[in-house]
Amino acid sequence: MADILVYSEKADAALELVAKGREWAAELGLGLSAACLGAGAAEAASALAAHGADRIFVSDAAFDGLPADTVAAALAAAAAEAGATVVLIASTRRGKELGGRVAQKLGAGCVSDVNALTLEHGELVADRYAYGGATVAREVITTAVKVFAVMPKTFAVGDPVAGAGAVVPLPAPAASAVRVVGRRAKEGEAVDLTAAPRIVGVGRGFAARDDLRLGTELADALHAELACTKSLADFEWLPESRILGLSGAKTKPDLYLAVGVSGQIQHTVGVSSARLIAAVNTDKEAPIFALADYGIVGDLYAVVPALVAKLQSL
Amino acid sequence: MSLDIVVCVKTNPDAQMIRIKNREPVLEAIPYKVGDLEKNALEAALQLRDAAGGGTIRALTVVEGDRKIRETIKEALAMGADEAVIVADPALAGADQAGIAAALAAAVAKIGACDVLLFGEGSTDNYSGQVGARVAELLGWPQIGYAKKLALAGGGIEAERSMDEMIETLAAPLPVAVTVVSEINEPRPISLMNILKAGKKPVTEWTLADLGLDAVGAQKRIVSNLAEEQDRKHVLFAGAVDEQVDAFVNALVKEGVVGR
Ligand SMILES: Cc1cc2nc3c(=O)[nH]c(=O)nc-3n(C[C@H](O)[C@H](O)[C@H](O)COP(=O)(O)OP(=O)(O)OC[C@H]3O[C@@H](n4cnc5c(N)ncnc54)[C@H](O)[C@@H]3O)c2cc1C
Repeated sequence: MADILVYSEKADAALELVAKGREWAAELGLGLSAACLGAGAAEAASALAAHGADRIFVSDAAFDGLPADTVAAALAAAAAEAGATVVLIASTRRGKELGGRVAQKLGAGCVSDVNALTLEHGELVADRYAYGGATVAREVITTAVKVFAVMPKTFAVGDPVAGAGAVVPLPAPAASAVRVVGRRAKEGEAVDLTAAPRIVGVGRGFAARDDLRLGTELADALHAELACTKSLADFEWLPESRILGLSGAKTKPDLYLAVGVSGQIQHTVGVSSARLIAAVNTDKEAPIFALADYGIVGDLYAVVPALVAKLQSL
Repeated sequence: MSLDIVVCVKTNPDAQMIRIKNREPVLEAIPYKVGDLEKNALEAALQLRDAAGGGTIRALTVVEGDRKIRETIKEALAMGADEAVIVADPALAGADQAGIAAALAAAVAKIGACDVLLFGEGSTDNYSGQVGARVAELLGWPQIGYAKKLALAGGGIEAERSMDEMIETLAAPLPVAVTVVSEINEPRPISLMNILKAGKKPVTEWTLADLGLDAVGAQKRIVSNLAEEQDRKHVLFAGAVDEQVDAFVNALVKEGVVGR
């Protein structure tokens, strides 16, 4: 029997994919398998079994650092064993690079960064942003085996089900030539921009890191969360958790106020669903104004202090 | 040490110039340019070569048609690549990641001299992030994705890479395929002088037949590709700063997004 095969190095994301995979497997008359690799694989496998995976391929051999080449080899072996026609991976950074590699091994087409995946007339249709976020492409994979890398949290984790899946040991693949030398946590606090009703976004219009104080004051006066463009995170002025856009958070606040932000498409895709968009920018031709409800063409160094004073006087 | 580097460069439609008409992207007359992340990859190549003390940098691109590619690839030469290799073939029309990867891998094999193969982590327009991994698989090379720092160490490469929740340092022997993220560097600006010099650098052109390849057809069908609908008010406030700010804040109060 053909299977849907699920894998993610992130336990929650794997459970999300198992929940949805189980639904489609039932509808399409397929089996549902999963793969668990590396340290902790056995525990992860029992969680997936409890959530409805029929078969779990397990290898707790050394996958130190989960290098893409070895993980792809193991996953391709599991896919062959399961006769998988659909491979669902979570589109984390690891998952994205794995997706390309395993798809190439399987002669499969692959769609990455999938933000919606729906079964329509027996076909899986994947939504992802195209042209930097200007459009949403809806794509169907036409190869016999299909690989989808789906953004975490696209689906909800399901309830546990009765019955236990079978654990199938997977032979360890050849070790990777890539070696892990070190690891450290990323700096910066975690923020959930998607939960903020109001967001102030800051960009390269701020000439120096210290000047971001103005942005913080404005955010405080508006009871808003502070966010930024990718450029400021690249400068390490603000943590990556505050990026809005294609490589950051996609939000739907009541108000997005962009200050010193040009409004490149890769940024605005993160705020285009805001109820109101407002902007302060010196350049009246800045693309952000094409997307704005309200705008001030002006120098943020003059406008922001006046805005803060006005807001505080309300 | 001499280090030969191939940088895979995609020329993209300038996303910022794409207009939307009836929710459809209008692609006619859109200028093509070297992708942003590929410029980071080129800069990384130049720095690695300097660190090694020698070697050749080749910019490699694959296109289905003309796309003024000879002009666009000059950007890479002007940044400092020594040579350009263009794989151009009408049979590549409609190719997606697998087709492009097949052509890139075959071209890298034909070039031969490649210790480090560099990519951006994704292209400016599609950002699928698949091609680097697919090429690494086809060549049977190890891969390091999302590099934010690269150095030569112990005869191989050492890379700091930016993952979702951690920074990971990896070491790999050569040859290796590496994709880079934008924070790795600030690409050097291109001087007029270097643009003039770029015109004299060697450019090699191959077809799929030169690489012994048949076209790999598309592996995907696009059901639709539409912009989300946007309906915005576009009100700009005129006057002195205080007047602008008053009117602006009043508008936000009326909308019920600020104030009590
Ligand atoms: C694959 C890919 C993914 C990307 N993902 C993201 C993403 O997720 N999020 C993101 O943000 N970007 C992303 N980017 C980068 C994006 O394309 C832009 O480069 C970035 O958003 C620009 O940031 P910015 O607006 O801060 O800077 P700039 O584009 O430099 O704009 C600065 C603006 O400030 C204005 N300004 C200057 N001085 C003042 C002043 N004194 N007062 C007021 N205004 C002033 C200028 O007029 C200008 O409009 C991505 C790029 C690529 C290629």
